[in-house]
Amino acid sequence: MARTPDRAAPRAASLWLFATALVTVVPHTAYLPLWASGACALLLAWHLARARSNGPRIGRVHRLSLLLIALTVALAVRLDFGYFFGKAPGIAMLATLLCMKLLEGNSPRDVRAGVLLAFFLQLALFFDDQTLTASLFALTGALCAAATMLALEDPERSPWRTLRTGGTLMLQAIPFLIVLFMLFPRLPGPLWGLPRDAWEGMTGLSEEMAPGSIAELGLSSEIALRADFADTLPPPAQRYWRGPVLSEFDGRVWRMTRSAQLAEPAYALAGPAIDYVLTVEPHNKRWLLALDFPGEVARNDVAYGSEYMLLAERPLRTRTQLSLQAYPQTIIGQEESAAVLEAATRLPEDAGPRTRILVDELVADANDASQILDRVLAWFSTNALTYTLSPPLLEDDPIDEFLFDARRGFCEHFSSAFVFMMRAAGVPARVVTGYQGGTLNRVDGTLVVRQSDAHAWAETWLPGRGWVRVDPTALAAPSRIESGVSAALPAGETRPMMMRDGAAADALRALRDRWEALGNAWNRNVVGYDRQRQRDFLQHLGFEQPDWRTLGFALGAGLATLMLALLAWALHQRRSGDSLDHLWRRFGARLARRGLARLPAEGPIDYAERVARALPDRASEVRLIARSYARLRYGPPSANATALTRELAQRIREFSPQ
Amino acid sequence: MKTTEALERLPDALARKFGRRRDDTLPVTLRQGRIYVLPTAAGLSFALALLVMLIGAINYGLSLGYALVFLLFGLGVASTVHAFRNLLGLRILRVAVEPVFANETATLRLYVENPSNWRRAALRIRVGDIETHATLEAGAAETLAVAVPTEHRGWLAIERIALYTTWPLGLARAWSVLRPTVSVLVYAAPERNAPPLPSGDGSTEGLRGDGDDDFAGLRAHRLTDSPRHVAWKAVAAGGPMLTKEFAGNEGAALELDWHALSGCPQDDARAARLTAWALAAESRALSYALTTPDGRLAPAHGRAHLSACLARLALARSRHGPHA
Repeated sequence: MARTPDRAAPRAASLWLFATALVTVVPHTAYLPLWASGACALLLAWHLARARSNGPRIGRVHRLSLLLIALTVALAVRLDFGYFFGKAPGIAMLATLLCMKLLEGNSPRDVRAGVLLAFFLQLALFFDDQTLTASLFALTGALCAAATMLALEDPERSPWRTLRTGGTLMLQAIPFLIVLFMLFPRLPGPLWGLPRDAWEGMTGLSEEMAPGSIAELGLSSEIALRADFADTLPPPAQRYWRGPVLSEFDGRVWRMTRSAQLAEPAYALAGPAIDYVLTVEPHNKRWLLALDFPGEVARNDVAYGSEYMLLAERPLRTRTQLSLQAYPQTIIGQEESAAVLEAATRLPEDAGPRTRILVDELVADANDASQILDRVLAWFSTNALTYTLSPPLLEDDPIDEFLFDARRGFCEHFSSAFVFMMRAAGVPARVVTGYQGGTLNRVDGTLVVRQSDAHAWAETWLPGRGWVRVDPTALAAPSRIESGVSAALPAGETRPMMMRDGAAADALRALRDRWEALGNAWNRNVVGYDRQRQRDFLQHLGFEQPDWRTLGFALGAGLATLMLALLAWALHQRRSGDSLDHLWRRFGARLARRGLARLPAEGPIDYAERVARALPDRASEVRLIARSYARLRYGPPSANATALTRELAQRIREFSPQ
Repeated sequence: MKTTEALERLPDALARKFGRRRDDTLPVTLRQGRIYVLPTAAGLSFALALLVMLIGAINYGLSLGYALVFLLFGLGVASTVHAFRNLLGLRILRVAVEPVFANETATLRLYVENPSNWRRAALRIRVGDIETHATLEAGAAETLAVAVPTEHRGWLAIERIALYTTWPLGLARAWSVLRPTVSVLVYAAPERNAPPLPSGDGSTEGLRGDGDDDFAGLRAHRLTDSPRHVAWKAVAAGGPMLTKEFAGNEGAALELDWHALSGCPQDDARAARLTAWALAAESRALSYALTTPDGRLAPAHGRAHLSACLARLALARSRHGPHA
């Protein structure tokens, strides 16, 4: 009865907190180091065992062991990550802390602290994962957290009813979520410096290419970009998504040269245009992976690289969407500077001696660059090199070893060997990396390009024709270009699950299409909702020039409406009792206006008699109503009660004491 | 809890300042005008956590981070309205409290009705420092009891009854303060090891003229009569319950006199002794008269007389200050 400040939290609340922690930590295990996931699992199991056995209050030994665990976790974070203050170690610490919080104490304060920790962790999940699945986990987590808090207040309620009340609260919270999400001003982040690992863990192409680096990407079915074409899809042979152009070679690794940035494209657009909307997944680099060759873009945060790729102003750290045109028939680099061409023929002195001899033989009697190109391509066609996702390791001289010993390689081997040969013959050439191909999602009609579509091809410069795209991989495995990596791989080579043939894989692919179409819609409309989209939305609402004042006004109006609706719901008092009670009360209320309120202890018949005496001309009506009510209320159950009730309702509606 | 109490008093203090504070006449229905809602300490830390999360979401440009913060914000707002609704429409029909002896705990009974069709969970009622909690099902009316500790004899006014709830999430606290005009009559605590009952003339030499000696006749039994005076022989013979009456004339009745206790200088000590004597006399079914500065109660016995005497003694004060 009396208040004790240090009372123990109800067991229902500890169990709900356990559920909250479980739902919160589980999606993190995909990103946490293994030891952290293991520690969380152990701590959660310990808590469950204690809660089930209604364990004793924590003693000193218990506290000491928790302190030891905390120190061990801190040490493990330091050893594993090498630093403390960053995103990943922060999440690992937070996750183990939440699981320890369950064990640390069981006062209501501890439970509330655990709930707040769970909220932070739910937010932290979005650093790694903003998919629909992640948000469903967060939603469930929030529901469990609400149930935890409910159980603190009202512990005797059954779990099911607790969940129902929690659900009601969530349903009432969702309109606020929608209004605030649409109208809360989106500030351009970051507000201050971010930890150095903030953008780690994004997959994609890099500024350099070593043998094997693209094959590694080839195993990932993560989405790199999506394209939504206005009209028809370009044929596979035109689906070259341009990334970094690599021109420097040290005998093993190809690197990007520092390229100039131009305000407009350095080429004359030619041929028909292909309209499409490009959505690039964040990869923390500046290239936008536009389809060759992009036209003018009406945005000031986009620049043109001197190597014809489209560049964003800042590294892409969020999903970026832009409307583009591609002109595949454009001729590029006809007026290329001598410096660039000279750089594109440079080779390290000692690299590829055997290849150099081969090239010397091949081009001994060639007259010009295009003849050299033909000879080299002919060599690739006649020498059956094998295209494979698992090329052998090349040790000392990758070019020679690939062409003469291993004779097996992935696109980076083909392109670098080709460029090497062209340069050895004195023709400018360079490696272009990017993506090639893509598969159509049959559900929403977008072309989906995955990391496994990463590709390296080549460009060689011919006088009068500029830079000409050459794809040496296509010579060894023509189906790579037409049908993707899977079709080009030799039979019997193990492919990633999604690349396999067969009915099961087909069904799986169809399912994946559906799921990814949903994910695409989610990304576009929810995750991708930014300042621009907010502006568009306000304009759609009818504000001509939306600024922060309009936003504030709309937000205030929206929240006020919701608040009023919620208060109206609260004020709408529904009395207990059935429809018969309502009718009888309404009858009493009518008479009360004439000063004939029913006394608390008065039965219907007595009441009717009193009213009849006061209103003699209404006497028969009043008696009829009262008798009918009394029969329905106190009489034996009747088969036509519903009809009689309706009749009574009619009588009462028509009754007027005046 | 100090801060929440101060907060609870705030609307009251404001009302007093503007001269609008009034005592409540029961029954009282809790309407929106008398229900106040403010965040609890847990609600404030929740709000702070949301702010930190919002800054995180802005800093990293996390769209779903914004969404989570806004969802939780909505949850907080909805819980505030739920807390308000948890009190709204409750009817306090009656407040009653029985007299007790000083240092005993009185039980304040609130008759509360929930006329609506939803359950009122985790209601808390606080009087002074003591609180009790209750849950009212839809349509239920219940008696909620709160303990009120007492210290001194006299009237103990129950100034305020705070009815509050932090349901559903503990983030907001809705409360309403009742000022029923209700007081507990606290009887003086009977003196322990009090001297034996005085004789009729007020001397303390012992008991004289017991008053049960002279059998005068039989009358119908009343519930308050001592079982020692029941005519058990008549009952055993199958007759009705009868009470033996004794001829106790005026002179034979005990005279309990406030002014005669010169041995007790303090009012409280006198009240304590006289209370002890009144109880002792009642338990022996003696007739006793009581004289206090407020006047004399004619000799009688029985529960009603005892209550009247105890009430007099609870409130008695010497006219000219305590005697030396």
